[in-house]
Amino acid sequence: MSKPVVATTSLAGCFGCHMSLLDIDERILDLIELVEFNKSPIDDIKTFTKECDIGIIEGGCCNSENVHVLKEFRKHCKTLVVIGECGRTGGLPAMRNNNASITECLEEAYLNCVSVQANDEKIIPNDDELPMILDRVYPCNEVVKIDYFLPGCAPRADLIWNALVALVTGDEMNLPYEVVKYD
Amino acid sequence: MDNHKSQKSFVADGNHCSCDCSSLHTILAKYDNDSSRLMDILIAVQEKAGCIQEKAVKEIAKALNLSKVDVEQTLSFYHFFSDGAKADYAVYLNDSVVAEMMGREDIAKTFEEEVGVTFGKISEDGKIGLFNTSCIGMNDQEPAAIINQRVFTKLTPEKVRKIVIEMKNGKSIDDIVGSNVENNIKKQGPILTKDIEVGEGLKKAVEMKPETLIEEVRQSNLRGRGGAGFPTAMKWKFCREAAGDKHFVMCNADEGEPGTFKDRVILTERPEMVFEGMAIAGYAIGAEEGILYLRYEYKYMQSFLENVLQEMRSKKLLGENIFGKFNFDIRIQFGGGAYVCGEESALIESAEGKRGEPRDRPPFPVVKGYMQQPTSVNNVETLSAVVKIINKGAKWYRSLGTIDSTGTKLMSISGDCEKPGVYEMEWGFTVNDILQMVGAKDVQAVQIGGPSGNCVNPAQFNRKVAYEDLSTGGAIIIIGKERDLLKDVVLNFTNFFIEESCGSCVPCRAMTVQYRNRLEKILRGNGVAKDIEAMLEWEKVMKTNRCGLGHSAANPILTTIQNFRELYDAKLQKDTDYVSEFNLEAAVQESCKAAGRQPNLGGE
Ligand SMILES: Cc1cc2nc3c(=O)[nH]c(=O)nc-3n(C[C@H](O)[C@H](O)[C@H](O)COP(=O)(O)O)c2cc1C
Ligand code: SF4
Repeated sequence: MSKPVVATTSLAGCFGCHMSLLDIDERILDLIELVEFNKSPIDDIKTFTKECDIGIIEGGCCNSENVHVLKEFRKHCKTLVVIGECGRTGGLPAMRNNNASITECLEEAYLNCVSVQANDEKIIPNDDELPMILDRVYPCNEVVKIDYFLPGCAPRADLIWNALVALVTGDEMNLPYEVVKYD
Repeated sequence: MDNHKSQKSFVADGNHCSCDCSSLHTILAKYDNDSSRLMDILIAVQEKAGCIQEKAVKEIAKALNLSKVDVEQTLSFYHFFSDGAKADYAVYLNDSVVAEMMGREDIAKTFEEEVGVTFGKISEDGKIGLFNTSCIGMNDQEPAAIINQRVFTKLTPEKVRKIVIEMKNGKSIDDIVGSNVENNIKKQGPILTKDIEVGEGLKKAVEMKPETLIEEVRQSNLRGRGGAGFPTAMKWKFCREAAGDKHFVMCNADEGEPGTFKDRVILTERPEMVFEGMAIAGYAIGAEEGILYLRYEYKYMQSFLENVLQEMRSKKLLGENIFGKFNFDIRIQFGGGAYVCGEESALIESAEGKRGEPRDRPPFPVVKGYMQQPTSVNNVETLSAVVKIINKGAKWYRSLGTIDSTGTKLMSISGDCEKPGVYEMEWGFTVNDILQMVGAKDVQAVQIGGPSGNCVNPAQFNRKVAYEDLSTGGAIIIIGKERDLLKDVVLNFTNFFIEESCGSCVPCRAMTVQYRNRLEKILRGNGVAKDIEAMLEWEKVMKTNRCGLGHSAANPILTTIQNFRELYDAKLQKDTDYVSEFNLEAAVQESCKAAGRQPNLGGE
């Protein structure tokens, strides 16, 4: 039997969840025995080259590019696993959802903020190549169906590891207290 | 607490209000610069100046030896306090379910047209402000509004037009016609019936030893009428036995559960009996001070009740050496508009001048209550019943009602029926009995016990209303067949809890919003079976909240899922387990406009 294929991506996240994934230390060697990686920053494959079994998503959606990638993942992966709070709830980036409109956010960032120094033409970036910013930050499950969520900021390496092993082997997931506590 | 309903956060533009220094100092002096009387001080300043501005906050803090934020946090908690703009007339229009049923929408529209601003705003000349408020205890005479502490009931568009003209002309609120509260007692029972003289219960009480008195109440099997149904004698016994420098009696007249209004009626019709009941409680537990905690919505009763107290003092039924046996007096403490203050520990916090946030328990109020001293908090109706029990005996009381629910219950009945009002009924009646009595036809559902209670379906109408089956503090809302139960009732109730959560517990503050979001998704036709499962699952988390508000905040949804599942099912999408409401085109519109670019949707 061929190895299960895994893809990963970081959307509106900080890559902290990917760091946590790498935090499995030498088990990374077991991991590459266990699975094959496809599109992922870990092996730097930029586009899907085959259908995958497991897609791991970090971060929510703050722009049209995030939405596009997330939908691609849904299309190409049998099972989607969201890791971390940003993907699950919007997380830290979603702080902008509460008190300011996206117009106010953009004006603050590009026009009014004290650290804005060289924008004499008062331009809010508008190149067609740039992703379009969403009105608010969306958790992944508002955009596509997500199969599993691993909570934590970031989720512990052991939690990610245990989840992956359970998904690949079909065994029940091992969830001891130390793995799902947050402090 | 969500401040949607308050005047806060509206900046006073050129419309400065002030409480001049001399009146502020008079107010502070009246309350001896006592920080535990902060509520009274804020209420007095608010009434004097129409708002409580930063300058006043600083002065108050200095005088009471508090930090500025101490004052601000109390001020910001209650929705009848304003820290910014003021209006000469602040109109608070009830937005509860029954108000909506009785035509609130038209009334709100008329107010907006006539005043020229939308709800949540103040007219440019600073004259009239329009605000929403949660149930004001007038369900039997809706639509109703509070304007400068006066209650205007059974509003019609014509009445509203007249009121607005008079406000525009600057007429004093007391001279504006239409302020009128009806008592609507539709059925009198042994508690409401005036068959004993004022003071007779108290006289009999002090002839007994306090322990004997408590035993008599225990024999009657009286349980608290505020909703929780705790045995009154047991509460008094614990309180009496608890060590403390002083003991306190508090009468809970916060009456915030939407649909309840019987305490208002008792307090207007039989105020002496309530005060007498407080005195009896004081004698039983060894307290010399009683506090009637009255919701701000009932501020219009103040002078009436103060007069009653004065009269009772002059008859020596209150004050020193009552019947030669003990001292006891009562003061009235007003709230500032917050449902959670009906919860007994929040009520105590509020009466101490703080935010109305429930305390961790234990210790319970009977051990550490008001001022950290043993305190018995009892509902208005409970204390009234005590007077009759002492006068006529526990045996007599026990002969009424059922074994587990002795005596009678005052029911506040409203909604789709011919005869809304207060009914005093012997426990043991069924939902059907109620419906027949009040002339309700084509009934879809009956909400028993307000939003925190249970919404029952016609198949359950033969159930008993009593502690042993459908337990209730007395609010019955009848919902006719023509109503959209989920949208008109369940959504409104859920919004009520979101508005009134004190915000301390995460599930109460945040999951209530998640509940609303799911419900709205279902109402938009985008729900799936999993949404229902999720809402049922979340109940476990809601049980981790600190107080009863959070424990029951999901009840409107949970009890209707249980009893009206078909209404939900009819709206669900059947052949899928996931529906996304995300719309890329709509989501990028604003940012593209701000940046001055064309959205490029590229086939997404
Ligand atoms: C959110 C909340 C609101 C409440 N509101 C009231 C109220 O308005 N009046 C009342 O008597 N009890 C209310 N209660 C119940 C009180 O906490 C308390 O049980 C009651 O006042 C005790 O008096 P009783 O034993 O005579 O019923 C409320 C409880 C909660 C959790
Ligand atoms: S349950 Fe809600 S109202 Fe009660 S203490 Fe917690 S947050 Fe406040």
